[in-house]
Order: sequence, then structure tokens, then C-alpha cells
Amino acid sequence: MLSSAQLQEFANNYGIPLWGLDASIALVLAVAVFCLCGLGVVVLVYMERKIAADFQIRYGPLHVGWHGSLQLVADILKLITKEDVFPKKADPWIFRLAPAIVFLAAFVGLLVMPIGPGLVVQDLNVGLIYVLAIPSIGIAGLIMAGFGSYNKYAMMGSLRAAAQMVSYEIPRALSVIGVVMIAGSAKLSAIVGAQGIWHIILQPLGFMVFLVSTLAELNRTPFDLPDTEAELVAGFSMEYSGMRFAFFFFGEYIALMAASALTVVLFLGGWHGPGPEFLAPVWFLIKTFGVIFLAMWIRWTLPRFRIDQVMDLGWKVLLPLALLNILITGIVMLII
Amino acid sequence: MSKLEEIKTSEVSLDGLGVDISSNGDAGESRTDIRSEELAINFGPQHPSAHGVFRAIFHVDGEVVTKIEPKIGYLHRCFEKIAENRTYTQFIPYTDRMDYVSSMLNNWAYVLTVEKLAGIEVPERAEYIRVIVGELQRIASHLVFLTTAGVETGAVTPYMYYFDEREQILNLFEGVCGARLTYNYMRIGGVSADLPDGWLEDTKVFLKRLAKTMDETDKLLLGNYIFKKRMIGMVPFTAEDALKWGLTGPSLRAAGVPYDIRKADPYSVYPRIDFDVCTRFNCDNYDRASIRSDEIRQSMRIIEQAIEQIPDGPVKAEGIPKVFKPAAGEAYGHVEASRGDLGFYIVSDGTTKPYRVKIQGPSFGNLQALPAMAEGSYFGDVILAFGTLDTVFGEVDR
Repeated sequence: MLSSAQLQEFANNYGIPLWGLDASIALVLAVAVFCLCGLGVVVLVYMERKIAADFQIRYGPLHVGWHGSLQLVADILKLITKEDVFPKKADPWIFRLAPAIVFLAAFVGLLVMPIGPGLVVQDLNVGLIYVLAIPSIGIAGLIMAGFGSYNKYAMMGSLRAAAQMVSYEIPRALSVIGVVMIAGSAKLSAIVGAQGIWHIILQPLGFMVFLVSTLAELNRTPFDLPDTEAELVAGFSMEYSGMRFAFFFFGEYIALMAASALTVVLFLGGWHGPGPEFLAPVWFLIKTFGVIFLAMWIRWTLPRFRIDQVMDLGWKVLLPLALLNILITGIVMLII
Repeated sequence: MSKLEEIKTSEVSLDGLGVDISSNGDAGESRTDIRSEELAINFGPQHPSAHGVFRAIFHVDGEVVTKIEPKIGYLHRCFEKIAENRTYTQFIPYTDRMDYVSSMLNNWAYVLTVEKLAGIEVPERAEYIRVIVGELQRIASHLVFLTTAGVETGAVTPYMYYFDEREQILNLFEGVCGARLTYNYMRIGGVSADLPDGWLEDTKVFLKRLAKTMDETDKLLLGNYIFKKRMIGMVPFTAEDALKWGLTGPSLRAAGVPYDIRKADPYSVYPRIDFDVCTRFNCDNYDRASIRSDEIRQSMRIIEQAIEQIPDGPVKAEGIPKVFKPAAGEAYGHVEASRGDLGFYIVSDGTTKPYRVKIQGPSFGNLQALPAMAEGSYFGDVILAFGTLDTVFGEVDR
């Protein structure tokens, strides 16, 4: 990376305003992250299919490409060529906008993830708050999808999604306060830098609350109530088809990737690992995929909760535990 | 009059509180504005949990289903009328298509009634073969049930484990009759063909394998914390209600009523075989699901004993032509099918074709209890209650 003095000089030499240079660099990096995201989704979808198949004593995709590795490409081609079905009574703007919002909200979370020392698109001072707050805009996308579709099942699915995600937002945000207290910063790179000892050891309770509420945020089993096939058929994405549906689908996987990366940054030591420094991104990726594997493992093993149990767990169990965690952390820090 | 009652019964007085009710009109109006209405949701006939083509109108208030209006008839194929235009033997394949998840038992119920009508003795070996394939069919059907119960709670992995076992049963059935779903194996007076060589040994090997898988999957699904928490105590039904609504089979036994046709009105060689009638307690979602697992184990016991006891000999009664004329009269026969009491009532007028065939399907009787059972429960629980009643729509509509 270039230092700010070098950038200043570069800007002066070519008569470009500094903000313009900053913006174009950020844009290039964002596009790079976007492309990596696309690659990540391909890997993740393949991984999920193979893992699910392995748990279910079957093979999974096998025929398109080497061991079915190009299956997703074939699927995307199919989705692109599909007819864009638009329900007659759907709200045109809300219906069209919803997938984009869900996708973008999931994507922007990745922009502040430090995958190595200095390897970050934008290292915000309030990175943690940003990463907790911005992806929550995705809820608006889900509500819009349910509302705009003019479908009762979709409406119920989106209401469930809203209720569930709003409830779990609170324990999730509270569970990371312990981490901020220890690291003394809300900057994600500073949090990673502070982890001589991983926070999972110092904050086991916070980690557990964070992991459970993250699964609930991601709408994955055992909390996949917004799109329970048995009850709501496909939930909020019921009326969507073709590429519009694909955006929900990709959004889900990118959100999984972002949430796993955040788990690694906050609790699992980020890029720290044995070996020279250039291995840092590798360690980060290995850890992230470990968390993703855990999420998939849980998904393909457990049944799902009922809606009232999900609410009970969020408000009556996780929220008090998160508060208790803050209390314990505070007391311990006072003593030490 | 205690203080509490006084407060409850006395009219609320606003005197002296400084509240002017007449100026409070706006608040009253906005309260009626936000009053929510019930939503009528069309469930099925194309729905992942419709178990075929069940259609119902669910009236939901938030997540709670307040009213269920079942609409059936989407799979009606006039079997009872068709029976009047077919000879007695010709109708056997039609019974396959009623409860297509347990065809063998449908075959059995029909041929049993015709044999009763015509006074035909079935050779002993044929009776044992019927018991073995019948119980294997019950296991296969219950495996499908456990599968769907898992899928409806979101556990999609046990699906494959159960279906793998069911596949073995289908392989065995393919060995005896060549078909994998609609068998048409039973004949009036016996079965269509003897068992192939080594088939009984294969069955024994399968039973060992199944016992292992059942122990494993019981831990994976029925013993799962979330599954239990989700199902226990939900949508219960009392024994009185269950009897009143005409529940039969595992759903009735889940309420604690030990009514099993194999014991209550024994047929075939069941009196010679030692087995227990499984019962549960509350007929809640969990009881209705886990009783199937218990019954699979009892069926395994029955098959093991039948394999020990099976004699050699013919598998079909002598001298029954394909087209025959039973004397005028009527007969009722029923078997314990995998979903309950499956009965046939056949009236003969002395010709080659039955005058009237009335079929009493257990799925139909079980389904009619659904509104009484599930109204007032959560949407997700209603789906599970419907799933755990284990209805097959080929049999509800016939």
C-alpha cells in the first residue's frame, strides 16, 4: 500500500484532487472485493452442496466439471436465461429494489474486514459499529421483498425475518462490547492487533452469544424461520425467480462469509497465526472457512426452532447472558 | 366479597380522576385503526408439506391458526365405482394406488375380504409370506413418515438415512414381485409367487442393519433437543377425543388406547406371533412421531418370528380361477394398515363382479380430526400435526 505522503505527491504531480484519487482507489478496491465475493460465493455454494451431500450419505454435484465444480456456473446460466416473472399486483419499485438491498447490505460488511496487517479496503475508526449496523439494512430488503410481492406467505416470511433479526441484533451487539472493552478500540484492525491471546479464551460467553445470534441473523438452521419450506414454502423470496432470486441467494452466502470473517476478527485472532507475515491472509481464510464449515455443519444436522422459541431464546436467554458478559468483563477488568 | 372480586365486578369509575372521556375520541378511533384482521391463507394443494394434494384454508392471527377448513377431493379417482366394473381379481392393482406408501397392506385388506366373502382357505406359507411382506411394508411406510416429520421440522439429514433403509425394503420387494411401489403381489387365496431363494436370509441381514440405523437415527432425530422441544406437548389430543373423532392406528395408540386390529380382531397368523401393541401418552406431536419408531421395532420382532416359523408348502390356494363367482352375500374385512384400520366392505350379487365395494381408509378418519386437534396452535405446529397424522391422499380421496 502507498503511504499518504506518496499519494499526496502523486496527486500533485498529475493535478488530480486528493479526494478524487481516494475515491477512485476505494472504488477499485471495492470492485476487487466484489469480484472476490463472487469467487467466494462459488466456492461456498460448492462447499455447502458437497458438505450436505457428505452428511447425507450421497455424492452431491458430480457431472458438471471436475466433481461437479462447475455446477454453480451452470445454475447461474440457467438463472440468467430464466423468464423474469413479475407478479401482477406486486409493487414494481419495492419488488425490484429488495434483492439489490439485501445483496448490497451483505456485501458492504466485507469492505472493512482486515484480512491481513494493512490489507483492508477502508479501516474505519468505528469499523465494528459499521459492521454491525450496515448489514442490518438487509432487514429492510427482506421486509420490502415480502411486502412488495403481494403474497401472504411472503408477507409472513418477511414479518418473521424482521421480528427475528431485530431481536437478535441486540444480543449480538451487546455480546461484542466485552471485546471492545478488552481491545480498547472499535477499529477492527486494532481489535485483531490486541489479540495476543484470542478473545475466544477471554470471552467464551461473549463468543457463544455472538455465534448463536449470528446464526439467527443469517437465517440459517436452526433459525431459518423466515424461509421454512414446510410452512411458508419459500418465505420472503417466494415470488422471485431468475436473477432476482439469485441475488437473495448470493446475498445469503455473502452475509455468511462476512459474518464468519467478523467472528474470526473479533474472537479467533484475525490474521494471527504461526509462520511469516505474508501467510496472514491465508490464516484468516482458513479460520473463516472453519467458521463457515461450523455453520454448515449445524445447518445440516439440527432441526429448527418454532417462532416463539426463537423469540424466547433471543430475549430471555441471550440478552441476559450478553449483559452478564459485560458485567463480568467489567468486574474482571476493574480487579486486574 | 373479596377485594379482588370487588375490583373485578365493580364498574370502573373515572370520577375525580380528571379524565374527560368525551375528549378522548381520537385515541379510541386509532385503536380500531390498528386492530388487525385474520388472514386467510390458502394451503395447498401444491405445497411442500401438503403430503400429496391436501388443500385447506388456514385462518391465521399472526402466527396462530384460528380456523382450519380442509378441502379434499383433489385425488379422487372413483375406485369404489371402478370396482363394480372389474372382476374380483382385476381390482387388486387398483388397491395398490390407494395408499401408495403401503401398497402391500392395501392388497392384503382387499384379498382378505374377498377370501372371507368366498370362503377361501389360504395356505399357511402364504399367510406367513403375507405377514413378512406386510410388516416390511409397515416399516417402509413408517420410515417415510419419520422422514417427513424430520423434513417438516427442518432436519433434512435424517431423510437420507431413513430413505436408504427404505430402499433396501424396496429391493426386497422387487425380489418378490418385480415392482418397487405398486406391487400387486397378493392374490385371492395366496400370493402371486413364492419367495426367491435366499430371500429370507437377505431379510435377516437387512433387519440387523435396520436395527443399527434405527438406534442411530433415534439419537439424531427423535432424541434431538430441538426436535423434542419443538414437538413435546404440542397439539395434544385426549384419548376420548381421539376415539370420538375416529382416529385409528398409531395416532390413536399415541393417545394411550391399545387398539390394534392385529390383537383386537386377529387375522392371518398374528395370534401365533408374540408382539406388543405400542402405546404412548398424550397424542402430542412427539408421541405421534416416536410411536412410529417403536412400531418399527415391533414389526422387526414380528418378521424375525415369522421367518423362524414359516413352513414349506404351496403359496396359493388350489382351484381358484381368475374369474370366479362368489355366492351372493356380503363381507367386511379389515387389517391394521400402517396408518390404521383399513377396511373393505364387499357386497356380492353372485356375478363375476362385486355389486358394491366400500373402502374405509384410515387416513380419511385421521384427517377429519385435524381441525379439532390443531385450531389455536402455531402455524408451524399445525403443519407438524398434519404431518404426524400421516395421511396419504391416495387413500383419503380414493
